[in-house]
Amino acid sequence: MTRSSTLDDLVAAIRAAHDSRTPLRIRGAGSKDFYGGMLAGEVLDVAGYRGIVAYEPTELYITAKCGTPLAEIEATLADKGQMLAFEPPHFSGVTAGDAGATVGGCVAAGLSGPRRQQAGAVRDFMLGVKLIDGTGQVLNFGGQVMKNVAGYDLSRLLAGSLGTLGVLAEVTLKVLPRPVAEQTLVFDMNEGEAISWLNQWGGQPLPLSASFWHENQLWLRLSGARAAVEAARGKLGGTVVPQGDLLRGVGDAEKLWISVREQTHPAFSGPILWRLALPSTARSPGLDGLRAIEWGGGLRWYAGELDAVRGAAARAGGHAVLYHAPESLRCREGAFASLAPALLALHRRLKNSFDPGRILNPGRLYAEF
Amino acid sequence: MTNPEPVFATDRAALVARLRTILPAHCLLVGEEDLRPYECDGLTAYRELPLAVCLPEAEGQVIDVLRTCHQLGVPVVARGAGTGLSGGAMPHAQGVVLSLARFNRILRVDREARLAVVQPGVRNLAVSEAAAPFGLYYAPDPSSQIACTLGGNVAENSGGVHCLKYGLTVHNVLRIRVVSIEGEVFEIGSEGPDAPGYDLLALLIGSEGMLGVVTEVTVKLVPKPELAQVVMASFDDVGKAGDAVAAIIAAGIIPAGLEMMDKPATAAVEPYVKAGYDLNAAAILLCESDGTPEEVAEEIARVTEVLTAAGAGDIRVSQSETERLRFWAGRKAAFPAVGRITPDYYCMDGTIPRRRVAEMLSAIAGMEKKYGLRCANVFHAGDGNLHPLIMYDAAQAGEWERAEAFGAEILELSVALGGSITGEHGVGIEKINQMCVQYTTPELETFHRIKAAFDESGLLNPGKAVPSLHRCAEYGRMHVHHGETKFPELERF
Repeated sequence: MTRSSTLDDLVAAIRAAHDSRTPLRIRGAGSKDFYGGMLAGEVLDVAGYRGIVAYEPTELYITAKCGTPLAEIEATLADKGQMLAFEPPHFSGVTAGDAGATVGGCVAAGLSGPRRQQAGAVRDFMLGVKLIDGTGQVLNFGGQVMKNVAGYDLSRLLAGSLGTLGVLAEVTLKVLPRPVAEQTLVFDMNEGEAISWLNQWGGQPLPLSASFWHENQLWLRLSGARAAVEAARGKLGGTVVPQGDLLRGVGDAEKLWISVREQTHPAFSGPILWRLALPSTARSPGLDGLRAIEWGGGLRWYAGELDAVRGAAARAGGHAVLYHAPESLRCREGAFASLAPALLALHRRLKNSFDPGRILNPGRLYAEF
Repeated sequence: MTNPEPVFATDRAALVARLRTILPAHCLLVGEEDLRPYECDGLTAYRELPLAVCLPEAEGQVIDVLRTCHQLGVPVVARGAGTGLSGGAMPHAQGVVLSLARFNRILRVDREARLAVVQPGVRNLAVSEAAAPFGLYYAPDPSSQIACTLGGNVAENSGGVHCLKYGLTVHNVLRIRVVSIEGEVFEIGSEGPDAPGYDLLALLIGSEGMLGVVTEVTVKLVPKPELAQVVMASFDDVGKAGDAVAAIIAAGIIPAGLEMMDKPATAAVEPYVKAGYDLNAAAILLCESDGTPEEVAEEIARVTEVLTAAGAGDIRVSQSETERLRFWAGRKAAFPAVGRITPDYYCMDGTIPRRRVAEMLSAIAGMEKKYGLRCANVFHAGDGNLHPLIMYDAAQAGEWERAEAFGAEILELSVALGGSITGEHGVGIEKINQMCVQYTTPELETFHRIKAAFDESGLLNPGKAVPSLHRCAEYGRMHVHHGETKFPELERF
């Protein structure tokens, strides 16, 4: 294992690996080791390369080294009343003293949380990146400004690339003010009703920031100006779930959304979990084992070893990720839906543009590269 | 890696003969008088006649044109409405223009799923018009929205007045169909929240026609806010106005639009549109709030408080939709208004951190003296995107050259202040030299490798968006940046 705590160390480690064609497995906190394809290669531990490089609340951005824990970033933002609006999971507490996900891993995995429905995904908040490519070159793409169309938009391309194109040594993310008010409502309704209502509400100017359906109950979170949240609550009905109270600790509603974000909610338990990204209006794809619906209907979670899931997801206009599974199953099925041959060939050429020696996280996205 | 620019030598007769076999006569233009309207886009200072213009009506014809050009080694420049401001659609003298103007159908507006599937030649505003009966609209609103097309918006990653809150094209497109130079069709993205593999949608949006030709676009539609109101504030000092912008953001407010105009801009606009701007102000800010009536009232009160504390003189809140549109009319008419008071103007597009706005404006004032040209400034202040309008007269010898040098200096200062040479207009041919300032050789090489992954023969829009290293070496030779040579490792010749 190589531990690197300076940019020079990281560059040297990657150059050496490139020269000797040694596969590297890039690791931050390891909180998402379960996610994606097989882990292979010598561990390149980047957790030591950490720290907030720049934070300008009035410019709405934060720049941090890849090993910086999300918890540290979010605490810094919270001090100024701001947040990472895509609400990424931390997956902390796996091992004792574990600080949870790092910002580099967060961007590389591209996983967003409940607020994705309203605010957008990780990629929507990427402003810039300092990348070390597979030959050890340090490259800067994007920047710290909100609008930048000079050159191809590589910083967004890197979100979700699972470290296969380079080490995201530093990332710059757009941040947003925290909503002034939040309120959570709960409704009794079945899957079909939930899909139908979520899409109807989605077409109205309502401040819906999250939705979560599980076992015939639908929770909605409203976020925004106090007046807007109040007005929407009146319009929507449902039962109000008590909000957190700073004096009495984290309240029910806050606890619920944290458990959804962190997937500690019982809906996400079990050895095999599929993540289906579908058009929000897609009717039930006819599979057993529906555990949860999020993102206004766009994200559905299924449990169990389902043979038909990939085909059903594709027919519904989306795709299925084998999210949690024993190695044997992940090895057989692949974590991600396979790509059409022409698209796969394009992926290979892109991989080759950044990492010609194919040393970075081989097989983590697709077994083919 | 100092290869000179690729040279194309097209056999025009052979090319036209081949194109005639795949396109009906009304889909192919070859006569000089027919080609003339295509010689430039919205950046009229750069012109070139193509060998032919193809106007396909079906995706199969697009595929055939691309395959043919690929076989014959002929450059292809895709074009929408030609409203772009960076010369991205300027033709190649040895190539064809592939106009998607006839791909002008809205294929589907799905109310429940809040999306629209459109052909690339559909105008931006037409999408919102089609969605309006459902209380929905397409958020990105470039100032050319009555004319510009979705295909062009995808190529440029267009923004607009409301992108501070609602995002750029990249945030509002779900899926595209793309044809490669080899004639292969790719579906990128999905109607769901994401798609497997790399985020190619992000890579293709804003790629300026360098990677593929878009034949279909699926966009997200969003609910139209119930109400919008705009606050207009006057400042006696541009620095104060710049600080007020930062103060609004610091107060946790993301307005739907936050625009700034300086005195020369309001002076040009007011006689033209009578928007009611304070002509004594050094700068005015327009700050729009949208949402439910309750939400808007709450936000307008907070904005007014912040603006007052920031030293605003006159503050007015639009009291009706008519008044709101009148306040905006001035901002939206800024370019044509400046066009009325000068024979020509040159619009720049740098972005800078908001806190550097005052610094940039004082530097521009210095450049006005240096180059002997006037400049009016309009800004998407909320996201630090500047549009200085440099006024010149192309009929006067040397004025265009001075305007071009003035613009280049603004762009390079944008980079030095921590920003970018282009926020929403694209690099095209216009800012190709400044790319050498914004990016290092290894970064440009990465762009070239990505280009090659899509278009190995380099036929799609050659010479645009990403400069060759040869070009940068030449530019670096003329131009020493920050007292140091930009590409010391390159051989000089």
